Amino acid sequence: MYKVVTKRFLNDAKTICLFEIEAPLVAKHAQAGQFVIFRLDEQGERVPVSVAGYDREKGTVTVMVQAAGRTTRMLHTVEQGDYISDFVGPLGKATEMEGLQKVCVVGGGVGCAIAYPIAKEMHERGIEVTFIAGFRSADIVILKEELKAVSDKLIMCTDDGTYGEKGFTTVFLKNEIEANIAEGKPQFDRVIAIGPDIMMKFLADVTRPYGISTIISLDPIMVDGTGMCGGCRVIVGGETKFACVDGPDFDAHQVDFDSLLKRAAFYKDEQDEAAKHICKITGGKRNG
Amino acid sequence: MANMKMQKNPMPEQDPVVRAGNFDEVALGYSAEAAMDEAKRCLNCKNMPCRSGCPVAVRIPEFIAKVAEGDFEAAYQIVTSTNSLPAVCGRVCPQEKQCESKCVRGIKGESVGIGRLERFVADWHMANAEKKDPVVPASNGHRIAVVGSGPAGLTCAGDLRKMGYDVTVFEAFHKAGGVLVYGIPQFRLPKEIVAAEIDNLVAMGVKIVNNAIVGKSETVDELFEDGFEAVFIGSGAGLPQFLHIPGENLLGVYSANELLTRVNLMKAYRDDYDTPIKRFHRVAVVGAGNVAMDAARVAKRLGAEHVFIAYRRGRDELPARKEEVEHAEAEGIEFQLLNNPTRILAGEDGHVTGIELQRQELGEPDAKGRRSPVPVPGSEWVLDVDTVVIAIGTSPNPLIRNTTKGLTFTRKGGIEADEGGKTAREGVFAGGDAVTGSATVILAMGAGKAGAKSIDEYIKSKK
Repeated sequence: MYKVVTKRFLNDAKTICLFEIEAPLVAKHAQAGQFVIFRLDEQGERVPVSVAGYDREKGTVTVMVQAAGRTTRMLHTVEQGDYISDFVGPLGKATEMEGLQKVCVVGGGVGCAIAYPIAKEMHERGIEVTFIAGFRSADIVILKEELKAVSDKLIMCTDDGTYGEKGFTTVFLKNEIEANIAEGKPQFDRVIAIGPDIMMKFLADVTRPYGISTIISLDPIMVDGTGMCGGCRVIVGGETKFACVDGPDFDAHQVDFDSLLKRAAFYKDEQDEAAKHICKITGGKRNG
Repeated sequence: MANMKMQKNPMPEQDPVVRAGNFDEVALGYSAEAAMDEAKRCLNCKNMPCRSGCPVAVRIPEFIAKVAEGDFEAAYQIVTSTNSLPAVCGRVCPQEKQCESKCVRGIKGESVGIGRLERFVADWHMANAEKKDPVVPASNGHRIAVVGSGPAGLTCAGDLRKMGYDVTVFEAFHKAGGVLVYGIPQFRLPKEIVAAEIDNLVAMGVKIVNNAIVGKSETVDELFEDGFEAVFIGSGAGLPQFLHIPGENLLGVYSANELLTRVNLMKAYRDDYDTPIKRFHRVAVVGAGNVAMDAARVAKRLGAEHVFIAYRRGRDELPARKEEVEHAEAEGIEFQLLNNPTRILAGEDGHVTGIELQRQELGEPDAKGRRSPVPVPGSEWVLDVDTVVIAIGTSPNPLIRNTTKGLTFTRKGGIEADEGGKTAREGVFAGGDAVTGSATVILAMGAGKAGAKSIDEYIKSKK
């Protein structure tokens, strides 16, 4: 059993929640870009979620989870001091940062929670970080202060203009790239994009003509997270890769987004159906 | 006087039509009368040919003699003196290729039902034996780490504990048992049986740490730093192989591992568990080994109207156990033999609509004596299905390979180890599918046993 040491909603709409979990084995090795798999209880499914932070001394790992399907909604009902049955990792490869000097990190929605530790680590290593954080609207914005602290330049934007700039991350990324050219500044030597699959697809289209190396972090459907089920297959450069062990980071210009988008929606009907059956009395606590 | 009936006592089974709709165990087990009658067919040969066919050297004639006398507990004690998991072995060992293949009674008529008797004594013990705490050997102070809680790891751990070692097993999943819990389905090996065998090991003092992925949560180097004096790697062959034909990433194509893990470990077949599984109607399973049979029978139980086995060779070449093939056929699994998949087809939405198969003819026998399939040009045809399960084997899991220095590996990714499990790195031993690639439960158990013996010798040599 793994204790929830801290629980805190990160935005006004309470769509994304931070959990700090006591998991010394995971905390010992976790790095930015990796993920863990959690399971609520005996009947629960195994759900992958990215590492948002870790404290090696305390032996805790932080995750930031958006309530989307049944399990994540049920997780949101878990309180500080409660226990969840499983928390395993760290899984996948850490994000590569070796030799980078100037990076643009783009986060979309809850993707900012995954992008944050990567930006933080880069910032600590002295890499120049431009962070573009996009949200649908003001009520779901997260990590305002944290992102500011780890970026040399931070652009916050919302689709409806209710917070920060109005517009999509793609537009701001293109602006930054163009500005580098116009002002004769060094170009980004990498763009790291994390967010909805469709956003990453369009961000890849933005950087492609400039030839800027672009990495995206994927979170496809998976069961074990150790290369065993093959459910997380993605096509990268025409080859089949397993996101859990070969990723989760991949070259955005090589990923087959069409296949990725379709595979991600495979269990949508089942997910929607399951979400309808969350107990309305307990608010999602099983046997509550 | 021995019972000279030519045939084994038949194994009572659930009716095929009924069982194809449930996950309850298919084979129901012998009654005490049937077991004693069967035991009397044993000739108690002095040279025990059967025992030489057993990878863990169960003292077969001795335990069978006790069954014949009706002293089932004594029989159980004889079996468990060399086999840590008798209820498992009695169910899933390919006895026809091992102990029973050496049985003298098999020369004329059927061999003694050794596997059925082993299962009987293990089940009898579980149901009837007085609940006694098992003997916990005093610790000799030497700590050994076992990586993986499948048949190799559990056997190695059990044997080492019996010798007095302080053993900790590290399991990547949230539940111990490895392939016994994620791979082999409930109807062939009830998970309660596996849990009971594991509880037994824990009661003996074996420590099991779940959710610990050696290579990720902890490396082999760190295990040594933590004070473990030797490490046994039994991490299995977890990596599913694919065919590398067009369409393999379409929606509705599963590895057998994924389908089986969702259903067996994650209990997707039960309403009270959250893991989803698609409803499917027509399923093609590619491959014809035991795992393919398991996948096909699971698909049938999940409600598929038609389940096909697509296999490129013929009936005589089917790699699955005969019993599994018979069970599958009785449950209505349809065999498309001499058919090799060439591509998987889908509609606009990416969901599988069919699998293209190419007819094959059998050519000359290969080095192993198996006749190779030869494609018939232009014979491609499409089998309409909505789901394809790839069950053509697995490779050793690369996590240890990628994170452990000092080991050497075979071309297929297995850890190189000698018969005793000794690897290129001092203090590191390995066995089971992690070494050989996908094989059987009992061979892995044999390797676990050999590993335990080698580790014991290694520790003693260090003193």
